[in-house]
Amino acid sequence: MPARGYIEINADKCKGCGLCISFCPQKLIRFSEKFNTKGYHPAEFHDPQKRCIACGFCYQMCPDSAITVYRFKGVTQNV
Amino acid sequence: MIKEMFLKKPKSLSEKEFTYCPGCHHGIVHRLIAEVIDELNIREKTIVVAPVGCSVFAYEFFYLDGTVAPHGRAPAVATGMKRALPDRIVFTYQGDGDLAAIGTAEIIHAANRGENITTIFINNAIYGMTGGQMAPTSLIGMKTTTTPYGRDPKKDGYPIHVCETLQNMKGVAYLERLTVSSPQEVIKAKKSIRKAFEAQINQIGFSLIEVLSTCPTNWGMTPVEAIKWLKENMVKEFPLGVFVDKTKGVN
Amino acid sequence: MSEKLMVKGTEAIAEAAIRAGCRNYFGYPITPQSELAEYMSRRLPQVGGTFLQAESEVAAVNMVYGAASTGKRVMTSTSSPGFSLMQEGISYIAAAQLPCVFVNVVRGGPGLGDIQPAQSDYFQATKGGGHGDYRLIVLAPSTLQEAVELTYLAFDLADEYRNPALILADGLMGQMMEPVEFPEFRDLKTLPKHEWALTGCNEREPNKVTSFNIDPYELEKMNKVYQEKYLRIIKKEKRWENYMTEDAEYLFVAYGTMARIIKTVVRKAREEGIKAGLFRPITLWPYPYEELHELSEKVGFVLTVEMSAGQMIEDVRLAVSGRTKVFFYGRTAGVIPTPNEVLEELKKKIGMVKV
Repeated sequence: MPARGYIEINADKCKGCGLCISFCPQKLIRFSEKFNTKGYHPAEFHDPQKRCIACGFCYQMCPDSAITVYRFKGVTQNV
Repeated sequence: MIKEMFLKKPKSLSEKEFTYCPGCHHGIVHRLIAEVIDELNIREKTIVVAPVGCSVFAYEFFYLDGTVAPHGRAPAVATGMKRALPDRIVFTYQGDGDLAAIGTAEIIHAANRGENITTIFINNAIYGMTGGQMAPTSLIGMKTTTTPYGRDPKKDGYPIHVCETLQNMKGVAYLERLTVSSPQEVIKAKKSIRKAFEAQINQIGFSLIEVLSTCPTNWGMTPVEAIKWLKENMVKEFPLGVFVDKTKGVN
Repeated sequence: MSEKLMVKGTEAIAEAAIRAGCRNYFGYPITPQSELAEYMSRRLPQVGGTFLQAESEVAAVNMVYGAASTGKRVMTSTSSPGFSLMQEGISYIAAAQLPCVFVNVVRGGPGLGDIQPAQSDYFQATKGGGHGDYRLIVLAPSTLQEAVELTYLAFDLADEYRNPALILADGLMGQMMEPVEFPEFRDLKTLPKHEWALTGCNEREPNKVTSFNIDPYELEKMNKVYQEKYLRIIKKEKRWENYMTEDAEYLFVAYGTMARIIKTVVRKAREEGIKAGLFRPITLWPYPYEELHELSEKVGFVLTVEMSAGQMIEDVRLAVSGRTKVFFYGRTAGVIPTPNEVLEELKKKIGMVKV
């Protein structure tokens, strides 16, 4: 099944709280090994198998509005 | 494949980065308020009144006209604004120390007058900005920097219940306690915040949303642990639900 | 100007405020000025204004903050203990540079004190009763006609300088009746437009009204703005009255109700051949230091008379700067000195100086 969408994380806005990681139902977000400008390990989107369902849970839980969610048009949405 | 932006930072949030600690729920609630203001198309007539506490900068975080009130006085400041400009939308954003300790008189009287304003009340059971002291809403037995042996009701009194206190006031139009501790709860919370603002738009009276929130830093937990603690402890002391809803039947 | 009307002091101030374009009043009852609030509650709805009885002076001053931040003319009135409660909000209002008008009808203190006329809130009014480096424009009328004119002026000064102004009256002025001529109603459309006001950011960038800046260098910049403004006010807005001072050998300094009584003392003294005069500051801040200094060089001594234990005398001493002797006479707790007792005091001091 193709991905229904993807997310972008503004790494410099991210404070590495991990809420998006813990609430992603597909487990597609992880902590980056790099540091951001604030000194946090920011969240990092990792979806090699294109399993993102664009549910937006990560966006909903992000306290810093660091996540933008994109949906692909024409892919069935049934979240 | 054509992509479309599905969810992104709302316009009613400014470009300023939040000064909150990692995982703090203030940021989630800020975004929900901004989304509601965007969706109701009221950004250009809305004024925010920030409190004193962690969210003292809230007036900078919203892309709205705004001010910061003296500690606890936001409902009085908002009252003055609303009386001077009745067709504008005015909301206060207050924490538990601000609203339920030093500002108790102001919130009770604004509610009782049915002041046509909206209050977003963040209850995380602790003073954040000043470094984790006991709040009026701290739980029994909760250790804080001023209750190092745990909150003792004999000495420190009991957690104050704001919604239960305000629910019998005739001026209240909408009153709900909720959390933003899961994506489902966040989506639900947004609908409630929207209702609160609609109560003001429709001039039904005073509206308040109490958000049980985490303070991972001062609770000494990770953001994920803090959510678990909130669900297991705070929700027990402060039951969730709609306490007053006079919006039914009003469009 | 219209015909003369017989009115009570509190009502004269209230009506003058309405004529100056004030359409918002927030207050809390306290003797001896509750009639001002009562008058507003009756009158404001007639002119499309808002009257709200707050739950406390603390709430009232913050309602003033809110209404003032929208750029509308707004006022509150209170008496000493209530004015103390307002100090927190006044400091915020001064720092956020919000124009508004306060009326303090001073009563005997400290503490709950009593409800009689006094002048013991001078320090609080002129030196900043709240925290931080700020100033109020303080106007001290001594007749009801002057109270009307200064109230009218207070709104204009507040707007011009983006600064709170205070009418410092006392219980005697609040309760007495006098014929008064009122100024015309200000056309609300002609009132100054404030581009900083919080009105909703319709087709502009958001406005922020604040007394807060966490960065000390930025906060210092804000403080410099206040201080530069205060200097402009000092330069332009000092007001005072010289009464029979041209040939005066002995100079009284008094303000408000006390100055009114001293005018009688001056006339009585002159009937007895004593050349007395009165210097009456009308603005207590900015204080007319130089003008008093100039006069003090020409007299045998200065006698400051206050309905307090001696507060303005500190400014009198600053003004006189040792050029002549400065004496004090005062009654506290709401006791009003009579002309005869002040005249006796004057004679006593003359005797002391001659010996």
